[in-house]
Amino acid sequence: MKIQKRTIALCLYFGILILPIYWMLNMSLRTNADILGNFALYPADITFRNYIKIFTDPTWYTAYINAILYVSMNTVMSLAFALPAAYAFSRYKFIGDGQMFFWLLTNRMAPPAVFLLPYLQLYSTFNLMDTHIAVALAHCLFNVPLSVWILEGFMSGVPKEIDETAFIDGYSFPRFFLTIFIPLIRAGVGVTAFFCFMFSWVELLFARTLTITEAKPIVATMTRTISATGLDWGLLAAAGVLTIVPGGLVIWFVRNHLAKGFALGRV
Amino acid sequence: MEKWEDNKAWFLVLPAFVIVAFSGIIPLMTVVNYSLQDIFGPGQAVFVGTEWFKEMLSNHRLHDALWRQFIFSGLVLLIEIPLGIIIALAMPKRGWGVSASLVILALPLVIPWNVIGTIWIIFTRPDIGLFGVGINSLDLLEVPFDHTAKPIYAWITLLAMEVWHWTPLVALLAYAGLRAIPEAYYQAAKIDGASPWATFVYIQLPKMRGVLTIAVLLRWMDSFLIYAEPFALTGGGPGNTTTFLSIYLVKLATMQFDLGPAAAFSIIYFLIVLLFSFAFYQALLNVGRGDKA
Repeated sequence: MKIQKRTIALCLYFGILILPIYWMLNMSLRTNADILGNFALYPADITFRNYIKIFTDPTWYTAYINAILYVSMNTVMSLAFALPAAYAFSRYKFIGDGQMFFWLLTNRMAPPAVFLLPYLQLYSTFNLMDTHIAVALAHCLFNVPLSVWILEGFMSGVPKEIDETAFIDGYSFPRFFLTIFIPLIRAGVGVTAFFCFMFSWVELLFARTLTITEAKPIVATMTRTISATGLDWGLLAAAGVLTIVPGGLVIWFVRNHLAKGFALGRV
Repeated sequence: MEKWEDNKAWFLVLPAFVIVAFSGIIPLMTVVNYSLQDIFGPGQAVFVGTEWFKEMLSNHRLHDALWRQFIFSGLVLLIEIPLGIIIALAMPKRGWGVSASLVILALPLVIPWNVIGTIWIIFTRPDIGLFGVGINSLDLLEVPFDHTAKPIYAWITLLAMEVWHWTPLVALLAYAGLRAIPEAYYQAAKIDGASPWATFVYIQLPKMRGVLTIAVLLRWMDSFLIYAEPFALTGGGPGNTTTFLSIYLVKLATMQFDLGPAAAFSIIYFLIVLLFSFAFYQALLNVGRGDKA
Protein backbone atom coordinates (compact mmCIF):
# COMPACT_ATOMS: atom_id res chain seq x y z
CA MET A 1 0.00 0.00 0.00
CA LYS A 2 2.82 2.33 0.93
CA ILE A 3 4.62 1.63 -2.35
CA GLN A 4 1.49 2.52 -4.26
CA LYS A 5 1.05 5.86 -2.53
CA ARG A 6 4.61 6.66 -3.38
CA THR A 7 4.13 5.76 -7.04
CA ILE A 8 0.99 7.88 -7.27
CA ALA A 9 2.83 10.88 -5.81
CA LEU A 10 5.67 10.37 -8.26
CA CYS A 11 3.30 10.13 -11.22
CA LEU A 12 1.62 13.32 -10.00
CA TYR A 13 4.98 15.07 -9.97
CA PHE A 14 5.82 13.83 -13.45
CA GLY A 15 2.42 15.07 -14.54
CA ILE A 16 3.22 18.56 -13.25
CA LEU A 17 6.62 18.33 -14.94
CA ILE A 18 5.05 17.50 -18.30
CA LEU A 19 2.10 19.93 -18.02
CA PRO A 20 3.83 23.17 -19.13
CA ILE A 21 5.45 21.30 -22.03
CA TYR A 22 2.09 19.82 -22.97
CA TRP A 23 0.55 23.29 -22.89
CA MET A 24 3.13 24.57 -25.35
CA LEU A 25 2.47 21.57 -27.61
CA ASN A 26 -1.24 22.33 -27.40
CA MET A 27 -0.62 25.95 -28.44
CA SER A 28 1.65 24.91 -31.29
CA LEU A 29 -1.15 22.91 -32.91
CA ARG A 30 -3.61 25.81 -33.02
CA THR A 31 -3.82 29.03 -35.02
CA ASN A 32 -3.13 32.31 -33.28
CA ALA A 33 -6.74 33.49 -33.71
CA ASP A 34 -7.95 30.27 -32.12
CA ILE A 35 -5.53 30.63 -29.19
CA LEU A 36 -6.58 34.19 -28.43
CA GLY A 37 -10.23 33.58 -29.24
CA ASN A 38 -11.11 30.64 -27.06
CA PHE A 39 -9.54 28.77 -24.19
CA ALA A 40 -9.28 25.03 -24.73
CA LEU A 41 -7.54 22.24 -22.84
CA TYR A 42 -6.73 20.39 -26.05
CA PRO A 43 -6.66 21.49 -29.71
CA ALA A 44 -10.14 20.96 -31.13
CA ASP A 45 -9.08 21.06 -34.76
CA ILE A 46 -5.39 20.33 -35.09
CA THR A 47 -3.47 22.46 -37.56
CA PHE A 48 0.13 21.98 -38.60
CA ARG A 49 0.32 25.44 -40.14
CA ASN A 50 2.83 26.70 -37.57
CA TYR A 51 5.18 23.80 -38.22
CA ILE A 52 4.83 24.12 -41.99
CA LYS A 53 5.71 27.81 -41.68
CA ILE A 54 8.89 26.95 -39.75
CA PHE A 55 9.95 24.26 -42.20
CA THR A 56 9.38 26.45 -45.26
CA ASP A 57 10.63 29.84 -44.01
CA PRO A 58 14.45 30.05 -44.33
CA THR A 59 14.83 32.48 -41.39
CA TRP A 60 13.35 29.77 -39.16
CA TYR A 61 14.79 26.52 -40.44
CA THR A 62 18.30 27.86 -41.04
CA ALA A 63 18.26 28.96 -37.40
CA TYR A 64 17.91 25.31 -36.39
CA ILE A 65 20.67 24.24 -38.76
CA ASN A 66 22.94 26.98 -37.37
CA ALA A 67 22.35 25.84 -33.81
CA ILE A 68 22.97 22.18 -34.64
CA LEU A 69 26.16 23.13 -36.52
CA TYR A 70 27.81 25.07 -33.72
CA VAL A 71 26.64 22.64 -31.05
CA SER A 72 28.23 19.73 -32.95
CA MET A 73 31.41 21.70 -33.53
CA ASN A 74 31.58 22.60 -29.87
CA THR A 75 31.04 19.00 -28.74
CA VAL A 76 33.85 17.71 -30.97
CA MET A 77 36.20 20.53 -29.95
CA SER A 78 35.49 20.15 -26.24
CA LEU A 79 36.17 16.41 -26.35
CA ALA A 80 39.31 16.75 -28.46
CA PHE A 81 40.84 19.32 -26.10
CA ALA A 82 39.57 17.82 -22.87
CA LEU A 83 40.60 14.18 -23.41
CA PRO A 84 44.40 14.68 -23.20
CA ALA A 85 44.05 17.20 -20.38
CA ALA A 86 41.83 14.87 -18.36
CA TYR A 87 44.36 12.07 -18.88
CA ALA A 88 47.12 14.30 -17.54
CA PHE A 89 45.10 15.21 -14.44
CA SER A 90 44.12 11.61 -13.73
CA ARG A 91 47.60 10.08 -14.22
CA TYR A 92 50.27 12.64 -13.49
CA LYS A 93 51.43 14.87 -10.70
CA PHE A 94 52.95 18.05 -12.12
CA ILE A 95 53.80 21.57 -11.05
CA GLY A 96 50.64 23.62 -10.63
CA ASP A 97 48.20 20.78 -11.31
CA GLY A 98 45.85 21.70 -8.47
CA GLN A 99 45.86 25.40 -9.37
CA MET A 100 45.33 24.60 -13.03
CA PHE A 101 42.36 22.38 -12.26
CA PHE A 102 40.81 25.05 -10.05
CA TRP A 103 41.40 27.75 -12.66
CA LEU A 104 39.67 25.62 -15.31
CA LEU A 105 36.69 25.17 -13.00
CA THR A 106 36.38 28.90 -12.30
CA ASN A 107 35.60 29.33 -15.99
CA ARG A 108 32.66 26.98 -15.63
CA MET A 109 31.42 29.23 -12.84
CA ALA A 110 32.15 32.62 -14.32
CA PRO A 111 29.03 34.65 -15.09
CA PRO A 112 28.71 34.71 -18.91
CA ALA A 113 27.41 38.28 -18.64
CA VAL A 114 30.90 39.35 -17.48
CA PHE A 115 32.42 38.22 -20.78
CA LEU A 116 29.79 39.79 -22.97
CA LEU A 117 31.45 43.12 -23.70
CA PRO A 118 34.98 41.94 -24.44
CA TYR A 119 33.67 39.12 -26.62
CA LEU A 120 32.24 41.58 -29.12
CA GLN A 121 35.66 43.19 -29.42
CA LEU A 122 37.72 40.00 -29.31
CA TYR A 123 35.74 38.14 -31.93
CA SER A 124 35.53 41.15 -34.27
CA THR A 125 39.31 41.54 -34.02
CA PHE A 126 39.75 37.96 -35.22
CA ASN A 127 37.06 38.45 -37.88
CA LEU A 128 35.00 35.70 -36.31
CA MET A 129 31.79 37.62 -35.65
CA ASP A 130 28.65 35.96 -36.96
CA THR A 131 30.33 32.61 -37.65
CA HIS A 132 29.51 29.21 -36.21
CA ILE A 133 33.06 28.73 -35.04
CA ALA A 134 32.81 31.86 -32.85
CA VAL A 135 29.90 30.46 -30.86
CA ALA A 136 31.52 27.02 -30.70
CA LEU A 137 34.72 28.61 -29.41
CA ALA A 138 32.89 30.76 -26.85
CA HIS A 139 31.02 27.73 -25.50
CA CYS A 140 34.37 26.00 -24.95
CA LEU A 141 34.75 28.42 -22.05
CA PHE A 142 32.44 26.31 -19.91
CA ASN A 143 32.34 23.01 -21.83
CA VAL A 144 36.08 22.25 -21.86
CA PRO A 145 36.40 22.58 -18.05
CA LEU A 146 33.24 20.53 -17.58
CA SER A 147 34.51 17.82 -19.93
CA VAL A 148 37.89 17.67 -18.19
CA TRP A 149 36.08 17.30 -14.89
CA ILE A 150 33.73 14.51 -15.98
CA LEU A 151 36.36 12.62 -17.99
CA GLU A 152 38.90 12.78 -15.18
CA GLY A 153 36.40 10.95 -12.98
CA PHE A 154 35.91 8.18 -15.53
CA MET A 155 39.64 7.88 -16.28
CA SER A 156 40.57 7.58 -12.60
CA GLY A 157 38.39 4.48 -12.53
CA VAL A 158 40.71 2.73 -15.01
CA PRO A 159 43.65 1.06 -13.25
CA LYS A 160 47.06 2.47 -14.11
CA GLU A 161 48.44 -1.01 -14.68
CA ILE A 162 46.71 -1.05 -18.07
CA ASP A 163 48.80 1.96 -19.20
CA GLU A 164 51.99 0.40 -17.84
CA THR A 165 51.39 -2.92 -19.57
CA ALA A 166 50.69 -1.20 -22.87
CA PHE A 167 53.86 0.89 -22.66
CA ILE A 168 55.94 -2.22 -21.84
CA ASP A 169 54.38 -3.92 -24.86
CA GLY A 170 55.83 -1.11 -26.95
CA TYR A 171 52.75 0.97 -27.65
CA SER A 172 53.45 4.62 -28.38
CA PHE A 173 51.39 7.07 -26.34
CA PRO A 174 49.08 8.24 -29.16
CA ARG A 175 48.43 4.66 -30.29
CA PHE A 176 47.73 3.48 -26.75
CA PHE A 177 45.48 6.46 -26.06
CA LEU A 178 43.40 6.15 -29.23
CA THR A 179 43.14 2.37 -29.61
CA ILE A 180 43.12 1.12 -26.02
CA PHE A 181 42.33 3.87 -23.55
CA ILE A 182 39.48 5.75 -25.23
CA PRO A 183 37.52 2.55 -26.01
CA LEU A 184 37.85 1.66 -22.32
CA ILE A 185 36.10 4.86 -21.22
CA ARG A 186 33.62 5.12 -24.07
CA ALA A 187 30.68 5.36 -21.65
CA GLY A 188 32.40 8.38 -20.12
CA VAL A 189 32.99 9.91 -23.53
CA GLY A 190 29.30 9.42 -24.31
CA VAL A 191 28.17 11.07 -21.08
CA THR A 192 30.58 13.95 -21.62
CA ALA A 193 29.36 14.47 -25.18
CA PHE A 194 25.81 14.55 -23.84
CA PHE A 195 26.62 17.31 -21.35
CA CYS A 196 28.57 19.33 -23.93
CA PHE A 197 25.66 19.05 -26.31
CA MET A 198 23.20 20.00 -23.61
CA PHE A 199 24.99 23.08 -22.27
CA SER A 200 25.81 24.39 -25.73
CA TRP A 201 22.25 23.80 -26.92
CA VAL A 202 20.57 25.62 -24.02
CA GLU A 203 22.88 28.64 -23.87
CA LEU A 204 21.45 31.96 -25.03
CA LEU A 205 23.65 34.89 -24.08
CA PHE A 206 26.82 34.12 -26.08
CA ALA A 207 24.89 32.63 -28.98
CA ARG A 208 22.82 35.79 -29.30
CA THR A 209 25.70 38.22 -28.85
CA LEU A 210 28.10 36.62 -31.30
CA THR A 211 25.71 36.15 -34.20
CA ILE A 212 23.94 38.67 -36.42
CA THR A 213 22.34 36.92 -39.40
CA GLU A 214 24.60 34.27 -40.94
CA ALA A 215 24.94 32.05 -37.89
CA LYS A 216 21.93 33.16 -35.87
CA PRO A 217 20.60 30.20 -33.86
CA ILE A 218 17.01 29.37 -33.04
CA VAL A 219 17.23 30.62 -29.44
CA ALA A 220 18.15 34.10 -30.70
CA THR A 221 15.51 34.07 -33.42
CA MET A 222 12.93 33.28 -30.78
CA THR A 223 13.86 36.17 -28.48
CA ARG A 224 13.51 38.53 -31.41
CA THR A 225 10.05 37.18 -32.12
CA ILE A 226 9.07 37.78 -28.51
CA SER A 227 10.10 41.40 -28.56
CA ALA A 228 8.22 42.07 -31.80
CA THR A 229 4.72 43.48 -31.50
CA GLY A 230 1.67 41.48 -32.46
CA LEU A 231 3.30 38.21 -31.65
CA ASP A 232 2.17 34.87 -32.96
CA TRP A 233 1.83 32.51 -29.99
CA GLY A 234 1.19 29.45 -32.12
CA LEU A 235 4.34 29.97 -34.14
CA LEU A 236 6.43 30.68 -31.04
CA ALA A 237 5.11 27.53 -29.37
CA ALA A 238 5.89 25.43 -32.46
CA ALA A 239 9.44 26.80 -32.54
CA GLY A 240 9.75 25.97 -28.84
CA VAL A 241 8.50 22.41 -29.30
CA LEU A 242 11.06 21.86 -32.06
CA THR A 243 13.92 22.97 -29.77
CA ILE A 244 13.00 20.15 -27.37
CA VAL A 245 13.20 17.44 -30.04
CA PRO A 246 17.01 17.17 -30.45
CA GLY A 247 17.53 17.14 -26.68
CA GLY A 248 14.87 14.51 -26.26
CA LEU A 249 16.51 12.28 -28.87
CA VAL A 250 19.91 12.61 -27.24
CA ILE A 251 18.49 11.76 -23.79
CA TRP A 252 16.90 8.65 -25.24
CA PHE A 253 20.25 7.44 -26.58
CA VAL A 254 22.21 8.01 -23.38
CA ARG A 255 19.47 7.11 -20.87
CA ASN A 256 21.33 4.04 -19.60
CA HIS A 257 24.56 5.97 -19.04
CA LEU A 258 22.88 9.03 -17.59
CA ALA A 259 22.62 7.72 -14.04
CA LYS A 260 26.32 6.79 -14.09
CA GLY A 261 27.31 10.23 -15.33
CA PHE A 262 25.37 11.80 -12.51
CA ALA A 263 26.69 9.23 -10.05
CA LEU A 264 30.12 10.67 -10.56
CA GLY A 265 28.50 13.85 -9.42
CA ARG A 266 30.36 15.91 -11.91
CA VAL A 267 27.87 17.94 -13.78
CA MET B 1 45.86 5.84 -6.97
CA GLU B 2 49.51 6.82 -6.86
CA LYS B 3 50.25 9.29 -9.65
CA TRP B 4 53.36 9.51 -11.80
CA GLU B 5 55.42 12.62 -11.27
CA ASP B 6 56.22 14.17 -14.61
CA ASN B 7 56.06 17.81 -15.66
CA LYS B 8 55.84 16.77 -19.30
CA ALA B 9 52.15 16.19 -18.57
CA TRP B 10 51.83 19.93 -19.13
CA PHE B 11 51.97 19.27 -22.87
CA LEU B 12 48.72 17.32 -22.56
CA VAL B 13 47.04 20.14 -20.66
CA LEU B 14 48.35 22.89 -22.91
CA PRO B 15 45.75 22.65 -25.73
CA ALA B 16 42.88 22.83 -23.23
CA PHE B 17 44.62 25.70 -21.46
CA VAL B 18 45.07 27.67 -24.68
CA ILE B 19 41.49 27.32 -25.86
CA VAL B 20 40.00 28.22 -22.48
CA ALA B 21 42.46 31.09 -22.06
CA PHE B 22 41.40 32.52 -25.41
CA SER B 23 37.81 32.73 -24.21
CA GLY B 24 38.59 33.23 -20.54
CA ILE B 25 41.75 35.24 -19.89
CA ILE B 26 41.93 37.69 -22.81
CA PRO B 27 38.36 38.94 -22.25
CA LEU B 28 38.97 39.21 -18.54
CA MET B 29 42.02 41.40 -19.13
CA THR B 30 39.92 43.60 -21.41
CA VAL B 31 37.36 43.97 -18.65
CA VAL B 32 40.09 45.03 -16.22
CA ASN B 33 41.22 47.52 -18.84
CA TYR B 34 37.77 49.04 -19.23
CA SER B 35 37.20 49.20 -15.52
CA LEU B 36 40.14 51.55 -14.98
CA GLN B 37 39.48 53.94 -17.84
CA ASP B 38 36.90 56.42 -19.06
CA ILE B 39 36.33 55.65 -22.72
CA PHE B 40 34.92 58.37 -24.96
CA GLY B 41 35.52 56.66 -28.30
CA PRO B 42 38.09 54.63 -30.20
CA GLY B 43 41.54 55.66 -28.99
CA GLN B 44 40.18 58.23 -26.57
CA ALA B 45 40.52 56.90 -23.07
CA VAL B 46 41.51 58.46 -19.78
CA PHE B 47 42.89 56.51 -16.86
CA VAL B 48 40.56 57.02 -13.91
CA GLY B 49 41.93 54.52 -11.40
CA THR B 50 39.41 53.09 -8.98
CA GLU B 51 36.71 55.68 -9.61
CA TRP B 52 34.30 53.24 -11.29
CA PHE B 53 34.74 50.74 -8.49
CA LYS B 54 33.89 53.40 -5.89
CA GLU B 55 30.89 54.41 -7.94
CA MET B 56 29.60 50.87 -8.36
CA LEU B 57 30.19 49.86 -4.74
CA SER B 58 28.00 52.74 -3.56
CA ASN B 59 25.42 52.21 -6.30
CA HIS B 60 22.12 51.38 -4.57
CA ARG B 61 20.74 49.62 -7.67
CA LEU B 62 23.65 47.20 -7.51
CA HIS B 63 22.99 46.65 -3.81
CA ASP B 64 19.32 45.97 -4.54
CA ALA B 65 20.18 43.53 -7.32
CA LEU B 66 22.66 41.76 -5.04
CA TRP B 67 20.11 41.38 -2.22
CA ARG B 68 17.50 40.17 -4.67
CA GLN B 69 20.02 37.66 -5.97
CA PHE B 70 20.84 36.33 -2.50
CA ILE B 71 17.15 35.98 -1.58
CA PHE B 72 16.38 34.29 -4.88
CA SER B 73 19.26 31.82 -4.70
CA GLY B 74 18.48 31.10 -1.03
CA LEU B 75 14.82 30.35 -1.76
CA VAL B 76 15.83 28.18 -4.70
CA LEU B 77 18.00 26.01 -2.43
CA LEU B 78 15.38 25.81 0.33
CA ILE B 79 12.78 24.47 -2.09
CA GLU B 80 14.78 22.42 -4.58
CA ILE B 81 17.04 20.37 -2.30
CA PRO B 82 14.35 18.79 -0.05
CA LEU B 83 12.01 18.33 -3.02
CA GLY B 84 14.76 16.68 -5.07
CA ILE B 85 15.56 14.25 -2.24
CA ILE B 86 11.90 13.30 -1.83
CA ILE B 87 11.57 12.62 -5.57
CA ALA B 88 14.75 10.54 -5.60
CA LEU B 89 13.45 8.46 -2.67
CA ALA B 90 10.17 7.83 -4.47
CA MET B 91 11.75 6.75 -7.74
CA PRO B 92 11.66 3.05 -8.70
CA LYS B 93 14.85 1.08 -8.15
CA ARG B 94 14.58 -1.42 -10.98
CA GLY B 95 12.56 -2.26 -14.05
CA TRP B 96 11.37 -0.17 -16.96
CA GLY B 97 10.27 2.58 -14.58
CA VAL B 98 13.88 3.59 -14.00
CA SER B 99 14.55 4.48 -17.63
CA ALA B 100 11.17 6.19 -17.99
CA SER B 101 11.73 8.29 -14.85
CA LEU B 102 15.24 9.27 -15.91
CA VAL B 103 14.09 10.37 -19.36
CA ILE B 104 11.19 12.44 -17.99
CA LEU B 105 13.41 13.99 -15.31
CA ALA B 106 16.13 14.92 -17.79
CA LEU B 107 13.72 16.51 -20.24
CA PRO B 108 13.53 20.02 -18.68
CA LEU B 109 17.33 20.09 -18.54
CA VAL B 110 17.82 20.00 -22.33
CA ILE B 111 15.33 22.74 -23.16
CA PRO B 112 17.06 26.00 -24.15
CA TRP B 113 16.89 28.46 -21.26
CA ASN B 114 14.95 31.14 -23.05
CA VAL B 115 12.49 28.53 -24.29
CA ILE B 116 11.94 27.68 -20.62
CA GLY B 117 10.93 31.33 -20.23
CA THR B 118 8.65 31.07 -23.26
CA ILE B 119 7.02 27.91 -21.94
CA TRP B 120 6.23 29.66 -18.69
CA ILE B 121 4.90 32.78 -20.37
CA ILE B 122 2.52 30.63 -22.38
CA PHE B 123 1.66 28.58 -19.30
CA THR B 124 0.96 31.46 -16.89
CA ARG B 125 -0.49 34.24 -19.05
CA PRO B 126 -3.89 35.31 -17.73
CA ASP B 127 -5.44 35.16 -21.19
CA ILE B 128 -4.08 31.96 -22.76
CA GLY B 129 -2.17 30.10 -20.04
CA LEU B 130 -3.51 27.03 -18.28
CA PHE B 131 -2.16 28.20 -14.93
CA GLY B 132 -3.12 31.85 -15.37
CA VAL B 133 -6.67 31.13 -16.51
CA GLY B 134 -7.05 28.32 -13.99
CA ILE B 135 -6.07 30.32 -10.94
CA ASN B 136 -8.10 33.35 -11.98
CA SER B 137 -11.22 31.27 -12.58
CA LEU B 138 -11.02 30.16 -8.93
CA ASP B 139 -11.47 33.83 -8.04
CA LEU B 140 -9.35 33.60 -4.88
CA LEU B 141 -6.99 36.49 -5.51
CA GLU B 142 -7.78 40.14 -4.92
CA VAL B 143 -5.80 41.22 -7.96
CA PRO B 144 -6.13 38.79 -10.90
CA PHE B 145 -2.98 36.80 -11.51
CA ASP B 146 -0.66 38.34 -14.08
CA HIS B 147 3.08 38.05 -13.70
CA THR B 148 3.61 41.50 -15.21
CA ALA B 149 1.19 43.18 -12.80
CA LYS B 150 2.53 42.62 -9.29
CA PRO B 151 6.10 41.95 -8.11
CA ILE B 152 4.92 39.11 -5.87
CA TYR B 153 3.33 37.37 -8.85
CA ALA B 154 6.47 37.82 -10.93
CA TRP B 155 8.53 36.27 -8.11
CA ILE B 156 6.16 33.35 -7.68
CA THR B 157 6.23 32.68 -11.41
CA LEU B 158 10.02 32.90 -11.55
CA LEU B 159 10.46 30.63 -8.54
CA ALA B 160 7.96 28.11 -9.91
CA MET B 161 9.83 28.12 -13.20
CA GLU B 162 13.21 27.74 -11.53
CA VAL B 163 11.97 24.89 -9.31
CA TRP B 164 10.32 23.21 -12.29
CA HIS B 165 13.47 23.56 -14.37
CA TRP B 166 16.19 22.49 -11.94
CA THR B 167 14.67 20.23 -9.27
CA PRO B 168 15.14 17.29 -11.70
CA LEU B 169 18.90 17.88 -11.58
CA VAL B 170 18.89 17.65 -7.78
CA ALA B 171 16.69 14.56 -8.00
CA LEU B 172 19.02 12.89 -10.52
CA LEU B 173 22.06 13.59 -8.35
CA ALA B 174 20.33 12.36 -5.19
CA TYR B 175 19.11 9.27 -7.06
CA ALA B 176 22.64 8.48 -8.21
CA GLY B 177 23.79 8.84 -4.59
CA LEU B 178 21.06 6.50 -3.36
CA ARG B 179 21.89 3.88 -5.97
CA ALA B 180 25.50 3.80 -4.76
CA ILE B 181 24.45 2.55 -1.27
CA PRO B 182 25.19 -1.19 -0.99
CA GLU B 183 22.17 -3.44 -0.31
CA ALA B 184 23.87 -4.77 2.84
CA TYR B 185 23.21 -1.47 4.64
CA TYR B 186 19.48 -1.83 4.14
CA GLN B 187 19.55 -5.46 5.25
CA ALA B 188 21.36 -4.49 8.43
CA ALA B 189 18.80 -1.76 9.07
CA LYS B 190 15.98 -4.26 8.56
CA ILE B 191 17.51 -6.72 11.03
CA ASP B 192 17.82 -3.94 13.60
CA GLY B 193 14.18 -3.10 12.97
CA ALA B 194 14.91 0.48 11.95
CA SER B 195 11.97 2.63 10.89
CA PRO B 196 12.01 4.15 7.36
CA TRP B 197 12.76 7.52 8.97
CA ALA B 198 15.73 6.11 10.91
CA THR B 199 16.99 4.43 7.73
CA PHE B 200 16.78 7.79 5.98
CA VAL B 201 18.51 9.80 8.72
CA TYR B 202 21.25 7.32 9.63
CA ILE B 203 21.97 5.58 6.32
CA GLN B 204 20.66 7.37 3.24
CA LEU B 205 21.31 10.97 4.22
CA PRO B 206 24.94 10.49 5.34
CA LYS B 207 25.65 8.41 2.23
CA MET B 208 24.22 11.13 0.03
CA ARG B 209 26.34 13.84 1.62
CA GLY B 210 28.77 13.95 -1.29
CA VAL B 211 26.25 14.33 -4.11
CA LEU B 212 24.12 16.68 -2.02
CA THR B 213 27.08 18.99 -1.42
CA ILE B 214 27.57 19.10 -5.16
CA ALA B 215 23.86 19.70 -5.73
CA VAL B 216 23.72 22.55 -3.21
CA LEU B 217 26.76 24.28 -4.60
CA LEU B 218 25.82 23.77 -8.26
CA ARG B 219 22.34 25.15 -7.70
CA TRP B 220 23.74 28.06 -5.69
CA MET B 221 26.26 28.94 -8.38
CA ASP B 222 23.98 28.53 -11.35
CA SER B 223 21.06 30.38 -9.82
CA PHE B 224 23.53 33.16 -9.05
CA LEU B 225 24.31 33.45 -12.78
CA ILE B 226 20.69 33.23 -13.94
CA TYR B 227 19.97 35.32 -17.00
CA ALA B 228 18.02 33.86 -19.92
CA GLU B 229 14.92 32.64 -18.07
CA PRO B 230 13.98 35.89 -16.25
CA PHE B 231 15.06 37.80 -19.35
CA ALA B 232 12.52 35.89 -21.43
CA LEU B 233 9.83 35.80 -18.75
CA THR B 234 9.80 39.17 -17.01
CA GLY B 235 12.63 41.15 -18.59
CA GLY B 236 13.58 42.16 -15.04
CA GLY B 237 10.20 43.74 -14.28
CA PRO B 238 7.75 44.83 -13.14
CA GLY B 239 9.92 47.85 -12.44
CA ASN B 240 13.21 46.38 -11.33
CA THR B 241 11.77 43.85 -8.94
CA THR B 242 13.19 40.81 -10.73
CA THR B 243 16.38 42.41 -11.99
CA PHE B 244 19.09 40.00 -10.88
CA LEU B 245 22.81 40.62 -11.17
CA SER B 246 23.30 39.31 -14.71
CA ILE B 247 20.26 41.14 -16.04
CA TYR B 248 21.39 44.40 -14.48
CA LEU B 249 24.89 43.90 -15.86
CA VAL B 250 23.69 43.24 -19.41
CA LYS B 251 21.37 46.26 -19.21
CA LEU B 252 24.23 48.45 -18.03
CA ALA B 253 26.64 47.17 -20.66
CA THR B 254 24.55 46.92 -23.81
CA MET B 255 21.73 49.40 -23.36
CA GLN B 256 23.43 52.29 -21.65
CA PHE B 257 26.96 51.61 -22.97
CA ASP B 258 28.49 52.57 -19.63
CA LEU B 259 31.64 50.56 -20.33
CA GLY B 260 33.63 51.66 -17.28
CA PRO B 261 31.01 51.09 -14.59
CA ALA B 262 29.82 47.89 -16.30
CA ALA B 263 33.38 46.56 -16.30
CA ALA B 264 33.91 47.46 -12.65
CA PHE B 265 30.63 45.74 -11.84
CA SER B 266 31.78 42.68 -13.85
CA ILE B 267 34.91 42.41 -11.76
CA ILE B 268 33.05 42.74 -8.46
CA TYR B 269 30.54 40.12 -9.67
CA PHE B 270 33.33 37.82 -10.81
CA LEU B 271 35.14 38.11 -7.49
CA ILE B 272 31.98 37.20 -5.56
CA VAL B 273 31.56 34.15 -7.80
CA LEU B 274 35.24 33.26 -7.45
CA LEU B 275 34.91 33.32 -3.67
CA PHE B 276 32.05 30.84 -3.87
CA SER B 277 33.92 28.72 -6.42
CA PHE B 278 36.80 28.42 -4.02
CA ALA B 279 34.50 27.36 -1.18
CA PHE B 280 32.91 24.90 -3.60
CA TYR B 281 36.25 23.42 -4.58
CA GLN B 282 37.41 23.10 -0.98
CA ALA B 283 34.14 21.46 0.02
CA LEU B 284 34.51 18.97 -2.82
CA LEU B 285 38.04 18.07 -1.79
CA ASN B 286 36.89 17.54 1.80
CA VAL B 287 34.03 15.33 0.67
CA GLY B 288 36.55 13.14 -1.15
CA ARG B 289 38.69 12.88 1.95
CA GLY B 290 35.71 12.10 4.17
CA ASP B 291 34.80 9.13 2.01
CA LYS B 292 38.24 7.61 2.24
CA ALA B 293 38.46 7.94 6.02
